[in-house]
Amino acid sequence: MNLTTIKNKQTSKTPSFNNVKAKGEPYVWLTAMGLGVGLLMVVLLLGVIAINGISVFWPKKLVEITLTEQSDMKINGSNKIAGHISKKQIRKNGKKEWQLYVGNKDVYGFSFKFVDKDKIVSVERPKNIMSIERLEYGDAIGVPLWLKVKNVGEFAAGTKEFDRRLKTLIKGSHQLWAHIKQIEKKEIGKINRQMQSLALKKKVIGSKKEFDLVEKDKLFALDNKIELLQRDYQILAQQAQDLRVKVNEHTLGYRLVTGEEKVLPIGHIIHTVYPNKLNVWQQTKLFFYDIWHFLADDPREANTEGGVFPAIFGTFVMTVLMSMAVTPFGVLAAIYLREYAKQGLFVRCVRISVNNLAGVPSIVFGVFGLGFFIYFVGGTLDQIFFKSSLPTPTFGTGGIFWASLTLALMTVPVVIVSTEEALAAVSQGSREGSLACGASKWQTIQRVILPASAPGILTGLILAMARGAGEVAPLMLVGVVKLAPSLPLDSVAPFVHLDRKFMHLGFHIYDLGFQSPDSEAAKPMVFATTFLLIVLVVLLNLAAIIIRERLRRRYATSAF
Amino acid sequence: MFLLLDEKKTNTKRDTGQSMTIEVEKRVSTNKQELNKPFIQFKDFNFFYGAKQALFDVNLNIPEKKVTALIGPSGCGKSTLLRSVNRMNDLVDVATHTGDILVKEQSLFDPMLEVISLRKRIGMVFQKSNPFPKSIYENVIYSLRVAGCNKKSILDEAVETSLKASALWDEVKDRLHESALGLSGGQMQRLCIARAIANKPEILLMDEPCSALDPIATAKIEELIFELKNEFSIVIVTHNMQQAARVSDLTGFFLLGKLIEFGRTETLFTNPNEKETQDYITGRFG
Ligand SMILES: Nc1ncnc2c1ncn2[C@@H]1O[C@H](COP(=O)(O)OP(=O)(O)OP(=O)(O)O)[C@@H](O)[C@H]1O
Ligand SMILES: [Mg+2]
Repeated sequence: MNLTTIKNKQTSKTPSFNNVKAKGEPYVWLTAMGLGVGLLMVVLLLGVIAINGISVFWPKKLVEITLTEQSDMKINGSNKIAGHISKKQIRKNGKKEWQLYVGNKDVYGFSFKFVDKDKIVSVERPKNIMSIERLEYGDAIGVPLWLKVKNVGEFAAGTKEFDRRLKTLIKGSHQLWAHIKQIEKKEIGKINRQMQSLALKKKVIGSKKEFDLVEKDKLFALDNKIELLQRDYQILAQQAQDLRVKVNEHTLGYRLVTGEEKVLPIGHIIHTVYPNKLNVWQQTKLFFYDIWHFLADDPREANTEGGVFPAIFGTFVMTVLMSMAVTPFGVLAAIYLREYAKQGLFVRCVRISVNNLAGVPSIVFGVFGLGFFIYFVGGTLDQIFFKSSLPTPTFGTGGIFWASLTLALMTVPVVIVSTEEALAAVSQGSREGSLACGASKWQTIQRVILPASAPGILTGLILAMARGAGEVAPLMLVGVVKLAPSLPLDSVAPFVHLDRKFMHLGFHIYDLGFQSPDSEAAKPMVFATTFLLIVLVVLLNLAAIIIRERLRRRYATSAF
Repeated sequence: MFLLLDEKKTNTKRDTGQSMTIEVEKRVSTNKQELNKPFIQFKDFNFFYGAKQALFDVNLNIPEKKVTALIGPSGCGKSTLLRSVNRMNDLVDVATHTGDILVKEQSLFDPMLEVISLRKRIGMVFQKSNPFPKSIYENVIYSLRVAGCNKKSILDEAVETSLKASALWDEVKDRLHESALGLSGGQMQRLCIARAIANKPEILLMDEPCSALDPIATAKIEELIFELKNEFSIVIVTHNMQQAARVSDLTGFFLLGKLIEFGRTETLFTNPNEKETQDYITGRFG
């Protein structure tokens, strides 16, 4: 270090050295600036998404604001407003204003309200104000009054007894809901499937012009079975109905700061909390509780509330299916191009076309997927294998399989290009060594070239996954939906349902941000979902990177 | 011949050289027929890379179970000749040839001959060691694996005998299942030799096997060639004159794609017929 500085001092006296230095320096700055600007933008983007995405889950304190009597921002004639401050901004005319999330959409008809800062008389944080997460209409914000427990009595708010009872009642209602779901989705679903298959059988027999005695018997037996199932169905439906009544038999009374009093059946409550009573530890606990429910729950209320589990799952399954389709496809194509095809004008043309394929707008792939995979291939499959259930399409409509194939097609150039590069990087020496051992060309590829180029191939797969997982436009045409009734993988045979429509985080973002009736209310979800999508892509890539490093280490080069 | 050897080694090598000569003569007298019958035979062999001719009218008879060295300045076509024997030049798109090469009186270019089965009979060690990205074990038995042999007892035995033959066994016997790319350069080259002989080929082609190795590793490989000559017919390309003198029975000298002189090693080095050979081995050009 010292030595070099001395050397620099000595040499810097000679003019020629200075000249060289002066010429080199600006390019260092230029290149560094290029990297710097790029990095800054990426960090900024990720930072905004991460901060906004995570802060959604941090429990917010509620404020009660008193406005001046003359204010024109009153709600229902009251000069009180309660909620959490979601934004503070300065309007064009220079006036400061706050945006409040006031909730209670069932009463007010909106859930956000702007108030002018100079119209505010006082800001308080009452301890007893409660935030109630409900199944419908978003949160309710108000002061609890009483709890009516059927056959037991009424409990006034503000006591320990009230809080304890409320907690156990909500817990009980969650169990009831789980039970109802079990009956409606699992058991009734099972009966429905059986009835459908019986109806199909009946249709098949019935479609014949004449039937003999045996078939008549069969028809009769089928009818009997269907009748039995119908009876079971009635019983289960009645059970579910009873439970639905039961879950709503206790009620909670509360009053809004604007004066209205409301009654809410316990069955509608997901979670209650007194935000202003929380200490940091409780806030943290609530934070993780919220994150968990965001990850694990089904969406509610046109997706603006609840969790995104089906979307996470759909994205994951689709990306994995896509990788499974694109890897063999792309690798085989690259092997042919690099190893078998005679390098010439034609191969060069093919290579250029493949590279350009990566520049085709993704929506075009969506259109192709719709036309070719769904209408042509899917339609044909339906004609051959699922004729009996037509006109209801099985594969002739969008589904996770076609979506994965469409994205595989879209990302195949990435895999081909990087596989080709990896193959080209395998030394001629290895190839010759293998051939000299009496291996055939395919054995050489399979046993020497592919293992040596596996890390490079995985790099291509990583790039393909990153591109595929974040894509939305083509998916809208080939099977993604706003709300899918069931997951593409479940415990019902055949377990993998490739024909099912699915939810996707990318589409979820679009749907929340631009298709939902109350985009302001959905904004936090948009951020959180975006963040989640990025995390998912990173996790998938990380998995591929770990595999790649394993491979590299296995074939670690020597210090030769 | 001994002019070329360094002072220290002269004595020991002289002994070996003499005993070798005696041995060769003995064999010639006892089994004269065998030596006369060529094992690998080049007949008016011309070789072209596109329009460029790399070999001119080569006529060469390589005997069985001898070490034949090919020497000559860089670019004179030694590798080309060697690679023609196991038809490695098939990989070069523009390569063409005239004339013929016979192994055991069968033409290499017979359309009925399968290149793969030919290569199974001919092992090759390359100038630059090229172990596969596999374990040491899998590297050695590669030729058996591709031939469809999966029986563990056979494979284990092949690994042990070939690694012992290539003097690598003691160094790697505890790490057979580690990556071959973790070996040193010399070890890798010996591994490649083990790989080339695992399938018991009849001919072993070696293209400058020691060019990247230090003297100790070189000595080991030379010893190895000595050992192997009892079982294989070896053709070795080398730039190292001493090495050619030490290990080979016969030597061919090439210049600009032409075979200038071919004969018993000691004759060629001590008393060459051609002026070019004389110039080359005394280091006046090349
Ligand atoms: N693939 C090829 N395409 C075109 N010309 C080639 C090719 N390989 C070798 N040659 C040419 O053929 C001639 C002989 O090459 P060869 O590799 O046989 O030389 P060599 O004697 O092995 O040289 P060295 O001792 O440097 O390895 C050289 O002039 C070389 O340029
Ligand atoms: Mg060479």
